[in-house]
Amino acid sequence: MTDKIISVKNLVKKFGTFTANDNLTFDVYKGEIFGFLGANGAGKTTTIRILCGLSSPTSGELKVAGFDVYRDAEKIKKNIGYMSQKFSLYEDLTVTENIQLFAGIYGISRKVRKEKEAELLKKLNLEEAKNKLIGGLPLGWKQKLAFSVAIFHDPKIVFLDEPTGGVDPVTRRRFWDLIYEAANNGTTIFVTTHYMDEAEYCNRVSIMDAGKIEALDTPANLKKMYNAKDMDEVFVKIAR
Amino acid sequence: MLPMIFGIPLLQMLILVYAATFDMKKIDMVVVDKDLSATSRELIAKFEAIPFYNVTGTIFDVKSADEMLLKDEADIAMVFPNNMEKNLIRDNYAQIQLLVNAIDGNSAQLSFSYTANIIGEFNKNLIAEWKGIPKFAPPSQVKITESYWYNPELDYKWFMAPGILAILVTIVGMFLAGINLVREKEIGTIEQLNVSPIKKYQFIISKLVPFWLIGLFDLAFGLIIARLFFNLPIVGSIFLLFSFASVYLIGVLGLGLFLSAISESQQQVMFISYFFLIIFILMGGIFTPVESMPHWAQEVNRINPIFYFMRIMRMIVLKGSGFSDLIKEFLSLLSLGVLFLSLAIWKYKKTT
Repeated sequence: MTDKIISVKNLVKKFGTFTANDNLTFDVYKGEIFGFLGANGAGKTTTIRILCGLSSPTSGELKVAGFDVYRDAEKIKKNIGYMSQKFSLYEDLTVTENIQLFAGIYGISRKVRKEKEAELLKKLNLEEAKNKLIGGLPLGWKQKLAFSVAIFHDPKIVFLDEPTGGVDPVTRRRFWDLIYEAANNGTTIFVTTHYMDEAEYCNRVSIMDAGKIEALDTPANLKKMYNAKDMDEVFVKIAR
Repeated sequence: MLPMIFGIPLLQMLILVYAATFDMKKIDMVVVDKDLSATSRELIAKFEAIPFYNVTGTIFDVKSADEMLLKDEADIAMVFPNNMEKNLIRDNYAQIQLLVNAIDGNSAQLSFSYTANIIGEFNKNLIAEWKGIPKFAPPSQVKITESYWYNPELDYKWFMAPGILAILVTIVGMFLAGINLVREKEIGTIEQLNVSPIKKYQFIISKLVPFWLIGLFDLAFGLIIARLFFNLPIVGSIFLLFSFASVYLIGVLGLGLFLSAISESQQQVMFISYFFLIIFILMGGIFTPVESMPHWAQEVNRINPIFYFMRIMRMIVLKGSGFSDLIKEFLSLLSLGVLFLSLAIWKYKKTT
């Protein structure tokens, strides 16, 4: 775990006079599950959007998947997957149509797509619903599908912005099974969450408050450092 | 979506073409007969026999006739003075007065000249004197024989149908393109596209082509309706018409995409599109000839795509103009298309 896949140095992002990201510096290593925690409005989504190339940083040095964020944003996009807070597959297309659309955009051949599509539908138990409009599916199914579509092109890194918001505990557990599976296949996971039990599943966790990273370590070390029995307590102590 | 694509053209063509007409359908006439003679009765009977005229009644004082004009109960009042017939027989000369409701100058002109014509035919010795509010120059005494080219039956529907169709194609194209992109912003799917390696031009093309096809389809659909319902003759080449429409639509869709690229919500893009559409439509010459607009307005029309397309539609459909007659319009449409599309590509940003 020494290969840096994301390296951020002195990242600053300002919106007018408001500083959303105040001098962030951190690295993410290849293959790890990196938890990016913080209270609402701490600046997590801003950072994710910058790393994905949706937003440009005000200053700082950033490298994602070996490419510079300023110069090679489009090359980065080939190597990442992204799942936003807002569900963002096409609700008026069917399950298969959504898969076809995004596979097409990433230039996946028809043959490969068909194989992976069949495998995916089976894994998610969506075979019967494959010709249904996504708009009619339960939220939990949608989230799992959105994740699967985000990693359909086997990206090096996948960014998940509160992927399990509003989902029941059982589905959340299933969702994390999918995350582990992707991580085992070598995909680096960059995930934000509000659920502290989920933070325990991460290899390393950073906790943001008011635009700054206050802590960054493994969950075990953080608990020791803050003398807390679980991540919940760690979080409350930092984000107070 | 589907009802929009079929419903809008159908309704617009059927309702607007019939409604937006300057044809005189009916003239309400009130008669002030102070003479009560055989001549006056004969002339009244003549008007009553014309289905075009609705003679609402005969009264005896000009004041009530004035009031009826004021209340819009009559379009025209015909006044026979005392002793008209007597004067006519004795002096071979008599006067009839026509009072015209000129709130709408156009139709006042028309109803006056129709009526004056009929009276003139009735008896060349009766000289009509007319008084309008406001006063017009008296009609010319030169006898003119007309022959109407390109629309020999002076069917207003033939003139309006291509114009309405031009507007329709514009509205459908501009709104669909505009709403579509901004809707993706609202529901968030645009983000999913923006994190993908999709190229700008690929994105714009994928947004353009479907609406381009829908626009052309609506044009074909509208032409069929016009053909079936109004018997619209299509004198020129249909191929040429669609070639022009193809170029035109690129500009319209480009403008729609540009507006949606700078808008954040559907309301906003609707509002801005509406603003441009109203100006483009009213200045484009559907109701009023562009030649009689002030000079500055004609200059503004240089960047009005509807102005060119309206001309093209009417010239190809009604006159059968060929490409060589329309080179100027073609080049203008082409440059506007390039301009609007470049603006759209320039303003669509994957990174904010």
